[in-house]
Amino acid sequence: MSISAGTVGAPIRSGLAWVRSDSGRRLGGWILGALILALMTGPSGNDSAPTAGFTGSLLQPRVLVFLGLAVALWVLTNIRRRYGERIRAASDHVTGTPSRLLRTRRARYGLYVAVLAVAIAYPPTLSGFWQEVLVDQIGVFVLLAVGLNVVVGYAGLLDLGYIAFFAIGAYSGAYWTGALPVHPPFHVNPFWAIPLAVLAAMLAGVVLGAPTLRLRGDYLAIVTLGFGEIIQIVATNLQGVTGGAEGVSGIPHFSVHLAGVKYQWGLSNLPYYYLLLGFVVVVLVAFRALENSRVGRAFTAIREDEVAAEAVGINILKYKVMAFSIGASTSGFAGLLEASKISFVSSQDFTVQMSILVLVLVIFGGMGSLPGAVAGAAFLQWVPQILRQHPLFGYQPQDLYIYLGALLVVMMIFRPEGMIPSRRRRREIVLAETGVGTADAISGSSDPAVRP
Amino acid sequence: MTVSVEPVLSAPAVNDPIVSVDGVTLRFGGVVSLGGVTLRQRRGEILAVIGPNGAGKTSLFNCLTGVYTPQEGTIEFRPSGRPAVALVGRRPNRVNRLGIARTFQTSRLFNALSAYENIRVGVESRQHTGPLGAMLRLPRTRREERQSRATTEELLGFVGLTERADELASSLPYGDQRKLEIARALATQPELLLLDEPAAGTNVTEKQALEELIRRVNRERHVSVLLIEHDMRLVMSVAERVAVLNFGLVIAVGTPAEVQHDAAVVEAYLGRPDDATPSTTASGGVTSGDGGVGRGQSPEPEDSEG
Repeated sequence: MSISAGTVGAPIRSGLAWVRSDSGRRLGGWILGALILALMTGPSGNDSAPTAGFTGSLLQPRVLVFLGLAVALWVLTNIRRRYGERIRAASDHVTGTPSRLLRTRRARYGLYVAVLAVAIAYPPTLSGFWQEVLVDQIGVFVLLAVGLNVVVGYAGLLDLGYIAFFAIGAYSGAYWTGALPVHPPFHVNPFWAIPLAVLAAMLAGVVLGAPTLRLRGDYLAIVTLGFGEIIQIVATNLQGVTGGAEGVSGIPHFSVHLAGVKYQWGLSNLPYYYLLLGFVVVVLVAFRALENSRVGRAFTAIREDEVAAEAVGINILKYKVMAFSIGASTSGFAGLLEASKISFVSSQDFTVQMSILVLVLVIFGGMGSLPGAVAGAAFLQWVPQILRQHPLFGYQPQDLYIYLGALLVVMMIFRPEGMIPSRRRRREIVLAETGVGTADAISGSSDPAVRP
Repeated sequence: MTVSVEPVLSAPAVNDPIVSVDGVTLRFGGVVSLGGVTLRQRRGEILAVIGPNGAGKTSLFNCLTGVYTPQEGTIEFRPSGRPAVALVGRRPNRVNRLGIARTFQTSRLFNALSAYENIRVGVESRQHTGPLGAMLRLPRTRREERQSRATTEELLGFVGLTERADELASSLPYGDQRKLEIARALATQPELLLLDEPAAGTNVTEKQALEELIRRVNRERHVSVLLIEHDMRLVMSVAERVAVLNFGLVIAVGTPAEVQHDAAVVEAYLGRPDDATPSTTASGGVTSGDGGVGRGQSPEPEDSEG
């Protein structure tokens, strides 16, 4: 009796020991996460069927997909823990191959020209729906991501209210073209509204940045989060000025009257797509030059070690405000373009989720990397539209942010540097993992609270 | 006592000082880090600051460079050909712009940047290209970029790191990291260079190279050097004058030979002799930096240089 109990007990005991082990706990964590994800994105219950939320998500075959993903990720983490070094080397070899091939300037420019050629030639063959996605979902968000990349990627500042500047740009555009209930001293064409909207967003960036960028990173995140909310609430409540939540329509489209040439961008998407493409290319070229300039290197120096940057004469506050307002201007520019394109602006569009979304695009693509920001934004904005058309495993558009959150968690574990990382950022992450990057704050912190 | 402290302490005020520290007091809550430090450095000289651990050497550097703001006292910097300026209360980046560059006790390089880029950040901090100029690549931007490339390469050559220009700062050997930090500091065109234990953690060959480099910085680039160092051999061979700090006070200033035999200095390093004859202690001199700190009694606050 006692012998048989022992033989039965041993596997149970070893099973329990395994569950308590690190590996077992990790599997438990992944499964728990998968079940929560399945539950959150599944059907919800109601009065007549209060448990429908649980039975609908946990007893349907759909949950198996999530469990399968959890187990797959668990296996991946185990593999990574055991062969991490070799996998890193191998993946560096694979992901490094394109950059080795693109080492020469000619090869790089060749690739850029090829991508641009596709971007010019391909869209006319698309259906109307996809052309609209290209402008409203991809083009505008690429511009937003590229702008936030300056703030988050280059300067390392966490901006959670980025969409507020988008709103400021949109409302400035609406104001100067005469669409708001309040009228400007003179009406202008949207083209002339560009500098005005960009300037307004930049000023807002300076006004918000100058006092808050003196503080440490965490405070900046909180202040910008609050600023985003303030702008949206003000826009909603100031109905006589902004049109509130119902919004205002009738923002004129872009038009040209120059030397006999007369052209108006209308509601059709393709002309707007090319206009946007032109602006994006200009912004990309400008930001590439910025990255490789004195200013870009100063951003990197500040991100790496503020104390050392200050010691070589870099005015930290000035450069942080600069990065912050460059990002803000880009956001404002995108806001004006979008408002003019859909000819409508409403405070309901400027939710905190939008700010988070743009941040996710930048992190997914690779912080500090222009190709990463562009590709990340294009890919992450394209996938939900595909899923909307071909719902996979009961995908519902309103669950997008739950999936994005899960994606971000997985990204941070497996590839924190993003899909197309910048060279500098990638080095930083590798250095931090090997313990070199941690700077001691003893010999002089730039944190005002530590100063005597 | 063969050497009296009197000649040192009553030495006439330094002519043409590049930096004058007067009665600087720095307290952290109740802890006095600097208790009224007075010190003058001549233009063009290599002045070493030595003292036991915790004597306040790095605090003095941090006061000079604007990292700390002392509660009392003044620090005056006299750049050549320009009026004197007070340093207390200025931000570190402003101090650097005035012409004072520094290195750190544990090197603080930009680890994810190459040696070349580290120096270039320093060179470019003296340029004027703004964000618009950078984005549009205006003529001035291009001109400044040519200049900064040339200056960076010149500095790489000066410290002997040309071969390693493209290596990451963090992957350089320790001695090269220290050289790189000096090059980055020199890139900001200082008149006064503060070196915080440049030889810490380096081996004998690297130490000799550093010693040579410090001399060349001083002679060839006409930069005054203020040096904190524990390695007495290095200090005694490279410094023209030595100031000794203990418990936040300057207890002696003089030539290396004078300071080595100063009674107060010997006491600070080796402790107060109880019943040994003074001559034995004095002849022992100061040999090691980190050696026994006189914890028994606090030294008399002695005035230096009035």
